[in-house]
Amino acid sequence: MMRFRFTDQAIDTDAARRELLDPGAGGYASFEGWVRNFNEGQEVTRLEYEAFRELALKEGERILVQAMARFPVKHALCIHRVGSLGLSDMAVWVGVSSAHRGEAFDACRFIIDEVKHRVPIWKKEHYRSGDSGWVNCERCAAAAPHDHDDHPHGHRHDHDVDVDVA
Amino acid sequence: MSAAAPIQGLVLAGGASARMQRDKAALVYGGKSQLDRVVELVARHVSPVFVSVRPSQSGEPARARYPLIVDSIQGKGPIGGIRSALAAQPGVAWLVVACDLPFLTDEVLAGLLAERAPGAGATAYSSAHDGLPEPLCAIWEPQAGAEIDAFLGTGRDCPRKFLINHGVHLIEPKDRRALDNINTPEEYDRALDLLAPAARGRGTQLMQLKIQYFALMREQSGRSEETLETVAATPADLYAELQARYGFTLPREQLKVAVNTEFAPWSRPLAPGDAVVFIPPVAGG
Repeated sequence: MMRFRFTDQAIDTDAARRELLDPGAGGYASFEGWVRNFNEGQEVTRLEYEAFRELALKEGERILVQAMARFPVKHALCIHRVGSLGLSDMAVWVGVSSAHRGEAFDACRFIIDEVKHRVPIWKKEHYRSGDSGWVNCERCAAAAPHDHDDHPHGHRHDHDVDVDVA
Repeated sequence: MSAAAPIQGLVLAGGASARMQRDKAALVYGGKSQLDRVVELVARHVSPVFVSVRPSQSGEPARARYPLIVDSIQGKGPIGGIRSALAAQPGVAWLVVACDLPFLTDEVLAGLLAERAPGAGATAYSSAHDGLPEPLCAIWEPQAGAEIDAFLGTGRDCPRKFLINHGVHLIEPKDRRALDNINTPEEYDRALDLLAPAARGRGTQLMQLKIQYFALMREQSGRSEETLETVAATPADLYAELQARYGFTLPREQLKVAVNTEFAPWSRPLAPGDAVVFIPPVAGG
């Protein structure tokens, strides 16, 4: 079973936690990411998650392998939702079991941070205003001028001017 | 209404190319002059195809290879060339194409012909830049002739203004870059880059790639996947090509790219059959 998975159903945290049980584990830490009702000043009503599944599964697995190499943990698992989610729904779950608590917390933190930065998953927020936007995509796009902005009105007229010299 | 007039091709090659400081019709892309490229392109859709020239150009060898329509109305720029064609062959409609549109494709001309409205004076694309009519890749109907005479009579000669003020049938462009024209050496250089490597005369091999689109890229391209033929040698070339086609708002610097479901550098050489995915900024968790 892959240690990084997707589901389009509610995440079954009890079943996932059972997979981490180990006689040598003295503790377990988990992180749950929930859908929040606001982001960057906008009231959020629901979210849609979309993934490039083939690559996301590979990259997610690499993160969990790195976590286990970096911290002395027994088991680690990450499950991410895709599809449409409402407020307070769980979007992601990370669980780690280890001999001692310190590395369980550290590994859990490492995994969620890396997943957010590296795995090709996208989140579209739908706002109370009726608007919607892809998180991390819309603002950087707005900040960067598009090629075509280099050619304001009159570009086509350039042609006329050019030919009129005849 | 009577049946639509027969349609012929008119390639406008009478410009002075003042700012290019070289004959724009003679600029070479992929080993072929722009005049030859456009005549071939138009001839795949309508025939015969004539080349519109000023009287002083009628003996010029590159142009004289083709049937010519010599300007009977001079000093009026492209609208003079169009009017001269309408006058030379009354009752004929013209698929008019300028010689400085290096990104023009068969799809663009086919779209124009499919949407032709013979009852309007002209059928034209609206500009992807400002929504106004693009007069120099358009179908001009016979009945526009008299209206052009009246327009010229008022001292005006901008074909775009003419279309704005007369009954033009406007259609939406599907490819945002297709009608970008080039006027300067810098724009020519940039066009060569965008058309590279075929236009630069390096490997001219067209190859088939499979592209998948996710999230913002899917919404902006209007599709979740496609198979396309391209001369793009690297993901960077491919993104430039598709950004121009679909108007992707994200600059390449904000993206990553995957080839065959693995992250890849932008300079990775592409091979036929490769599957490419552009990865906008991620937001898991």
